[in-house]
Amino acid sequence: MATFHFDLVSPEMVAFSGEVDQVDIPGAEGDFGVLAGHAPVVAVIRPGILTVTTGGSQQKIVVLGGIAEVSDKGLTVLADVATAAADIDMQNFAETITTMEQQLPGKVGDELDKSIERLDHYKSIQHQLSTTAMH
Amino acid sequence: MASLKDMRVRIASTKATQKITKAMQMVAASKLRRAQTAAEAARPYAEKMDSVISNIAGAAAGPGAPVLLAGTGKDQVHLLLVCTGERGLSGAFNSSIVRLARERAYALMNQGKEVKFFCVGRKGYEQLRRTFDKQIIENVELRSVRQLGFVNAEDIAKKVIARFNNGEFDVCTLFYSRFKSVISQVPTAQQLIPLQVEAPAAGAVATSYEYEPEEDEILSSLLPRNLAVQIFRALLENNASFYGAQMSAMDNATRNAGDMIRKQTLIYNRTRQAMITKELIEIISGAEAI
Repeated sequence: MATFHFDLVSPEMVAFSGEVDQVDIPGAEGDFGVLAGHAPVVAVIRPGILTVTTGGSQQKIVVLGGIAEVSDKGLTVLADVATAAADIDMQNFAETITTMEQQLPGKVGDELDKSIERLDHYKSIQHQLSTTAMH
Repeated sequence: MASLKDMRVRIASTKATQKITKAMQMVAASKLRRAQTAAEAARPYAEKMDSVISNIAGAAAGPGAPVLLAGTGKDQVHLLLVCTGERGLSGAFNSSIVRLARERAYALMNQGKEVKFFCVGRKGYEQLRRTFDKQIIENVELRSVRQLGFVNAEDIAKKVIARFNNGEFDVCTLFYSRFKSVISQVPTAQQLIPLQVEAPAAGAVATSYEYEPEEDEILSSLLPRNLAVQIFRALLENNASFYGAQMSAMDNATRNAGDMIRKQTLIYNRTRQAMITKELIEIISGAEAI
């Protein structure tokens, strides 16, 4: 299977860099998978779980928003925050969600909509992480 | 002439100073290593961000482009975003950034432009306040921040953008010190608003991307982010530069103290010897007189 180059960078570090078979990205307008030879695309990503497939093994990385760029050179994901799913501190994550919930009443209009959307994304990440952790 | 006791005290105090500068040098060296790693880790993101933006900007240029990219169309009011350190004792680090900003400010004012300052870091604020007190519109101190995070840069970017949206300035330039090596830090000016996009190399075929969602939507969320990223990078580079400058300044100070101690000890020994000789002469001539 053809591979392509994939870079996952966040402001603080390079979280992943190497040749991969497939990457599934949580796009803002729906999930999509990237294989070698994908058409050039620039897409905004929502907070979610990014799955990297290399030679049959899968790696899950939690990204909290950002942007993905596919060009002929490969895939680049600029993530606001990128953490391997295994390294996520569930308790900490739950606390973040609680704080976000508490801040909701103070917001209005567009900002409120955005916060609710973001909160939903976070909750779905939490749900996915806690269900996979049981396996 | 100073007595022997005075000299002893002075030597002891120089030695104490040398111990302090030596310790500061070592602390700076160990902090530098961490700051340097952080600065280097942030580079790929900023570079990728640049290339993505210049790709999209090429497609979105023209009328209706976001103001953060295209500017307000005027360049009457300039905002100088000056990032310096929070502490001194670092050689020319802070003053070289301030000097660059000040020169730019005078050049702009001579052209009849209005100049405003946004200071990040206490040292730069203190130096600029002497000459440009009324023009400093905001001052952010990062003294209480232990570990520089992206949030700090985001806060600054938000303030800048809020002022830009209020129409308080047309052009924003960032001043910081680029970390080249431990002994060389280059004060740098970088224009942030309107964003300077590198023109694609001649002959290169621009990739035509599909956008999801639309270009302008992506661009409008990406541009403020890019501002934060550039500021974040400047802060990290500044941090590394600061420790580099402090390290070499303290190294110099330690060496100077060593030189002083050697000179003072020499004078001390010479004086002591002279006194002994004088006392001997007195004893001998006293004995001869009898």
